[in-house]
Amino acid sequence: MKTELLGVVASFLLTLLLAFPLGKYISKVFRKEKNWFDFMAPFERFIFRICGIDVTREMNWKQHVAALLSLNMLWLVYAFVMFLFQGSLFGNPDSNPSMSAHLSFNTAISFLTNCNLQDYAPETGATYLIQLAVLMFLHFVSAATGIAALVVVFKAMQDKVVDKMGNFFELFLKSITRILLPISLVIALLLVFHGTPASFDGKDTLITMQGDTSVVSRGPAAGMIAIKHLGTNGGGWFGANSAHPLENPDYFTNIVEIVAQCLIPFALVFSLGFFLNRKKMAWSIFGVMTVGMLCFLLPAMHAEMKGNPAFDHMGLSQTTGNMEGKEQRFGPAASSYWSILTTVISTGSINAAHDSFMPVGGAMQMLGMMTNCFYGGNGVGILNYYIFIIIAVFISGLMVGRTPEFLGRKIEAKEMKIATIIALLHPLLILTFTAISSFAITKNPELSWLNNKGYHGFSEMLYQYTSSSANNGSGYEGLGDNTPFWNITTGFVMLLGRFLPIIGPMAIAGVLARKKFIPESAGTLRTDTATFGVMTYAVIMILAALAFFPALTLGPLAEYFSFR
Amino acid sequence: MNAQATKQKSTSLLNPELLKQALKHAFVKLHPKGMIRNPVMFTVEIGTAVMLVVIVNILLTHTRSQGSLAYNIFIFIVLFLTLIFANFAEAIAEARGKAQAESLRKTREETPAKLVAPVGELRVDEIQIVSSSQLKKGDVFICETGDTIPTDGEIIQGLATIDESAITGESAPVIREAGGDKSSVTGGTKVLSDKIKVRVTTEPGESFLDKMIALVEGASRQKTPNEIALTILLAAFTLVFIIVCVTLKPFADYAKTPITIAALISLFVCLIPTTIGGLLSAIGIAGMNRALQANVISKSGKAVETAGDIDVLLLDKTGTITIGNRKATRFYPANGIDDSRLVEACVLSSLADETPEGKSIIELAGKDSWKNLSLEGTAMIKFTAETRCSGIDMPNGKRIRKGATDSIRKMTEKAGHVFPAETATKVQEIAANGGTPLVVCENEQTLGVIELQDIIKPGISERFERLRKMGVKTVMVTGDNPLTAKFIAQKAGVDDFIAEATPLDKMNYIKKEQSGGKLVAMMGDGTNDAPALAQADVGVAMNSGTQAAKEAGNMVDLDNDPTKLIEIVEIGKQLLITRGTLTTFSIANDVAKYFAIVPALFITSIPALQGLNIMRLHSPESAILSAVIFNAIIIPLLIPLALKGVEYKPIGASALLRRNLMIYGLGGIIVPFIGIKLIDLVIRLFF
Repeated sequence: MKTELLGVVASFLLTLLLAFPLGKYISKVFRKEKNWFDFMAPFERFIFRICGIDVTREMNWKQHVAALLSLNMLWLVYAFVMFLFQGSLFGNPDSNPSMSAHLSFNTAISFLTNCNLQDYAPETGATYLIQLAVLMFLHFVSAATGIAALVVVFKAMQDKVVDKMGNFFELFLKSITRILLPISLVIALLLVFHGTPASFDGKDTLITMQGDTSVVSRGPAAGMIAIKHLGTNGGGWFGANSAHPLENPDYFTNIVEIVAQCLIPFALVFSLGFFLNRKKMAWSIFGVMTVGMLCFLLPAMHAEMKGNPAFDHMGLSQTTGNMEGKEQRFGPAASSYWSILTTVISTGSINAAHDSFMPVGGAMQMLGMMTNCFYGGNGVGILNYYIFIIIAVFISGLMVGRTPEFLGRKIEAKEMKIATIIALLHPLLILTFTAISSFAITKNPELSWLNNKGYHGFSEMLYQYTSSSANNGSGYEGLGDNTPFWNITTGFVMLLGRFLPIIGPMAIAGVLARKKFIPESAGTLRTDTATFGVMTYAVIMILAALAFFPALTLGPLAEYFSFR
Repeated sequence: MNAQATKQKSTSLLNPELLKQALKHAFVKLHPKGMIRNPVMFTVEIGTAVMLVVIVNILLTHTRSQGSLAYNIFIFIVLFLTLIFANFAEAIAEARGKAQAESLRKTREETPAKLVAPVGELRVDEIQIVSSSQLKKGDVFICETGDTIPTDGEIIQGLATIDESAITGESAPVIREAGGDKSSVTGGTKVLSDKIKVRVTTEPGESFLDKMIALVEGASRQKTPNEIALTILLAAFTLVFIIVCVTLKPFADYAKTPITIAALISLFVCLIPTTIGGLLSAIGIAGMNRALQANVISKSGKAVETAGDIDVLLLDKTGTITIGNRKATRFYPANGIDDSRLVEACVLSSLADETPEGKSIIELAGKDSWKNLSLEGTAMIKFTAETRCSGIDMPNGKRIRKGATDSIRKMTEKAGHVFPAETATKVQEIAANGGTPLVVCENEQTLGVIELQDIIKPGISERFERLRKMGVKTVMVTGDNPLTAKFIAQKAGVDDFIAEATPLDKMNYIKKEQSGGKLVAMMGDGTNDAPALAQADVGVAMNSGTQAAKEAGNMVDLDNDPTKLIEIVEIGKQLLITRGTLTTFSIANDVAKYFAIVPALFITSIPALQGLNIMRLHSPESAILSAVIFNAIIIPLLIPLALKGVEYKPIGASALLRRNLMIYGLGGIIVPFIGIKLIDLVIRLFF
């Protein structure tokens, strides 16, 4: 048990150790300071030239949003069409069929929005061409979209009146060429050395020890698995995701993959500190995020390592903890750690079945996605956190008797309006759609969506929409989700849950940036203190978590109390 | 304002007349048209109406699915009381403000006015007695000894001592005269001596007091930007909980746990921030009331709020930092001059000098020094800006002059005398110590120098320290030379000073600070202050000041007390803090309410959820009732706090946040757990 916990602590510390210098490097890239990857510049210039982009043309926040949305729109159409016709295209050694229209709709949105809710089984549902040219491509560009949007907000937060915040295309491309591409190359190599396939051959057959013939899917997987984690996407090459022995062969690759998915979210917090020269603030944000994560991790880990109380009642020994749905090579501690980080960070890749976690673990995974800002996905995590900072600044500003201001700008009605709409959106999407599906299944009990009846069935639906709105992509596999209803509703939830929370912070930051900059004085409320951290945490928990209390009561909490 | 006046003006909260009036208004305010301005309470009103429909339905159909009739009626009553309490909070704040303003206004109503009737273009002193309410802007009236001044105006002729105690509570009479910066008179004050001719400056019903009353009454009260932003936040919270409660219905249907309408509405009303929603407007009105209690009339609620954000405070030296005028503190004779000769010269030149400085010289010299002196046949030489000295010509041809160093020096050197070196050093020394040197000469021969010193008000440096802790920078404005100014600035503990200040200097200073993003407050009385008052974010005009100054500023201080700005800043901060802390308290309460109501909703169908009932409340009905009752009574319990305001402590922003977070955040989580449990102990006897 001790070694299990040690493995968890080690992977967290390793992430921290790598993320700090990476944060500094990211800040250098976007501040255009000298950095290691300046040799990419001619290549970047080449791309800009053939695309006819003038990177010296700086953009205001509205132009940034327009650029972001038009790029994404283009990819959405591209992905949708490719899925519809994948069966008749080349690069299909296993002869997989084309996707249905509603599945194409869902999958295109799902990968575009960095969510990767996979309502299809990749081994039989996606061709190699699709996996590489569409899915892996979207892994890169969706992650870069998030990072670029965040950098726009960084630029708006500087200590001066700012109108133009760089060129979106430049920020976007550099996120790929300077950050995502080089690091995922390293990760892919590490995975390949440990047994993850990287070949264009089709399925392999092997004879098992029992003498049965088994067919194993393969493919050029290592690259996609690398970026799926680094880009906090989570859509895997194989259906079982990182629980699959080829996608995540051993404990070492498990550490590589968990470090990879936390790396950029951690690093971006530090890069905020370096970029704005507010290191204390970066640490205070990181502190709150870590405390928030630990508050979910510890109960989940405790419940998993303790095992199922039903087993105890039967007098069965379970020294290894709850092993249902877990991989022998990872165990409950590493699986809990992964499951919480993958939900707070919105990766949504899994190395154990979330459906089979104890109710406490399930509740914590859902809370991770409901708050969706403790580290969070690439770029978008801090953007979500930014919304809560605005609200926390507003309330605490009042509490100290000053018109609220954040980084030298007054927070007024317009900013509050945007911030509250974005904060509202998440509960609105999750609760409304879960209510619709609950209503549908209550009226039509013959629908075969749910693998489990009762509380757990409710949790499956709640989890699905939570995961969609948080752009997480993990799921309770008990839910039969490849139906028009689920594909279409989650498609819309993912779209809204992705783009509004990106546009909102960009708009607030853009509006604030144009306001008069007020230098700090003795009466200014500092936003980099522990006290303000507590305030932000309280706002997140009350606004984001409390709204879900009744829903969680009918799902995992009811399950938990009936288990005891 | 003295203590007695404070007592007289702060109307008691328990005044039965006020309570009755407020209660009546609480019911009047139930009109949905007014309620919709407050989205939080408006949704409660809708919920209450729905409960009424449910009750009627039970009465008509005798359905049992919605719980017992008594239970539903009880919930309805509690919700209705929640509304009444919230309206009552607003009504009592309005009533108090009105009562305060009325008591000020009463003094000026229906007093006879001696109107000077115009004859063509001319105004001869043909007097016509009319009622004060008939006076229009531009009319001219006369006031003599014993008359009450009928309305606000500006003296155009004459000088009078006036008793302003009705307005300021200060019994010492003040002098007002035509021209200059002290030409303004206020309706309701009384002329003690002499006769003045006054021009009316406001239309009837448009005086500052009328404006203030209108603000308090809500007719012209507009939400301040900060109030709007807070309303948005509260509306968002309300929306979240609408979603939570509406979606709960299908969730419960899926789990086969029917929820009664009463329970659903109760959950909703408990979760939305009714506490702050109910008290929000009361807090805003109370802020203006507190300003009024401090005898400051604010032209808008926004001005009070802005005062809390002030970064820079411009204060006049005289009257604010130092007591009145300079006082003579010592005589320094030049070498070879007898001490008594200097004193005699000083006394002679000052006997006819009515300025405070002149009087203080006589005082310093002592009674014995002038007993034998006579002023017969002498000629006074008045101070002019050109000569910068004053003096006296004696019948025996002696010419005594006292004045600024360089002008006396020029005079003596022109006459061929040498300006004594020791006097020159003394002059330097006095100036360096913050004093003002006054050189005295007789027949162009320097006798010595008088030292005038500023007396810094006791306790003023502590107040500046307090302001510094609030993050407010204090700037002293003075006409003194930089050396003197620097000394006094250091001694009093202000952060910066503007020496030899002209109105333009003030204006430029304000603009400079504002361009750096700072908010600036200043106080002024003269017409030449008007542009700076208008430029400042908070401009407080003294009531004694000119009409132009009063129009330019956004507040008027009835007491003419220059230190009032400090109080105004604190009132502004208090206003925001009260809003912030009660919002926090209100939202933190939700934790306990969830734990009371959510298990109660499902416990009948899912007994395992008893584990969530951590307060061990008696039954689902008693749990829900306890929560709504707590939610309702917390509003009247907090009314005194809302009206009084949460205390501001200048301990630094982070420490203050920590403190308020502990009291109102943590307290807001814990208090309802205790409160709901206690109420449940009583309710369980019935449900």
